[in-house]
Amino acid sequence: MIKSLAAEVNRLSGQQIELCYHCHKCTAGCPLVEQMTYGPDRVLRMIALDELKPLLASRDIWLCAGCYTCATRCPNEIDLAAVMDALRQIAIREGYAAAEPDVLLFHRLFMGVVKRLGRSHEAAMLGLFKVLSHVPLMNDVGAGIKLVLRGKVPVIPKTSGKTAEVRQIFERSG
Amino acid sequence: MEYAYYPGCSLHSTGLEYGLSTKAVFAHLGLDLTELSGWNCCGASSAHVMSHTLAVALPARNLALAQELGRDVVAPCAACFNRMKSADYYLRTDPVLREEVESLVGFKYSGQVAVRPVLAVLYEDLGPGLVSQRVRRPLTGLKVVTYYGCLLVRPPQITQFDDPEDPQVMAALLRAVGAEVMPWSHATDCCGASLSLSRADVVQSLVGRIAERAREAGAEALVTACPLCQVNLEMRQLREPRLPAFYITELLGLAFDLPEAMQWWKKHLIDPRPVLAQAGLLEPVG
Repeated sequence: MIKSLAAEVNRLSGQQIELCYHCHKCTAGCPLVEQMTYGPDRVLRMIALDELKPLLASRDIWLCAGCYTCATRCPNEIDLAAVMDALRQIAIREGYAAAEPDVLLFHRLFMGVVKRLGRSHEAAMLGLFKVLSHVPLMNDVGAGIKLVLRGKVPVIPKTSGKTAEVRQIFERSG
Repeated sequence: MEYAYYPGCSLHSTGLEYGLSTKAVFAHLGLDLTELSGWNCCGASSAHVMSHTLAVALPARNLALAQELGRDVVAPCAACFNRMKSADYYLRTDPVLREEVESLVGFKYSGQVAVRPVLAVLYEDLGPGLVSQRVRRPLTGLKVVTYYGCLLVRPPQITQFDDPEDPQVMAALLRAVGAEVMPWSHATDCCGASLSLSRADVVQSLVGRIAERAREAGAEALVTACPLCQVNLEMRQLREPRLPAFYITELLGLAFDLPEAMQWWKKHLIDPRPVLAQAGLLEPVG
């Protein structure tokens, strides 16, 4: 159980969200705000008010693209992208279903491939994503074929050659 | 000048021509790149969603390899640069995390290795003056806008490179090779990054707006230094006339008249050859 969402977010992100005085600069510059339910500034307020459930179940935390426009402009130097990461980590840990399930699926598949190969591998990633996501199977097939024809999606993965070392970092970092 | 080279995963796949053109241009300019042996993925835009420790530890392993080689490391991909530079920042400023990551990776952080984007090396170590001396085919008549995206310049306390709201380095290099750089509003607006697969609609709308503003500014092409920006710009642009997105190194290679350059154009999802032909840049240099 989380006693104080703000304390937990601050601990995980290294930020001090209490410094926010709601100038809305983050929201004004956010490229994803049109897609969000609350927007960056409300997200900070909801953390402060411990509105755990609606926040962790919201699409907002998954839609942040990590562009750092908010972090660059915040007059109180709050790294809101790091705050969003903390909220995602809490949502995963507490078993919340992601409101943007394909976004989380993408991150999971990506990290799964890196854990096994030490590097990303587009062919494996794209194949798995196609099968497991909600995105219609035939979307992007044309672009996919173009990428293959240009030699940009190698079928045989290039590993780092040190896959055991990389896997160990995954396993030991929890 | 000698550097360690961290290509990252994209330069071996979707950003193939970025890797090829970076190596060709650096070799031509006498800048030695030695690829880190046994490098791993930096964690890109996914590791930090899962765990801060992992997001620092993965690039820290690559920093350790560069440290062993004793050279500053060049990371052409904006995301790789950002992740590695972030790792360096946290290793420098968070002693508790540093100890944990040092034990995870099995190295001792020296803080002696600088993490650098391609643009910084070309601008700071050579400079537009030296770059312009190598030009054999001035890119006169090619109208472009510079598109930085996010991770090369943000967050500035970590990236420590160029101006986060109004960056200038890429334009200076392009002007040095004779291109016409149009002023515009969207140089540092986000393309949607890794939402491209899961929420293609969002990326189409962001990329559409970027391309619209570029056309409005009178540009015939965009110039980037990020493989994810480049593939998003070319794959998620729907409205005609679609603008090709060059890597900065491709245009430098063309201006230096490197023969390899002709192999790069066909790797694009939007063929840039009509734009180059229109400016007379595909003719042999007389």
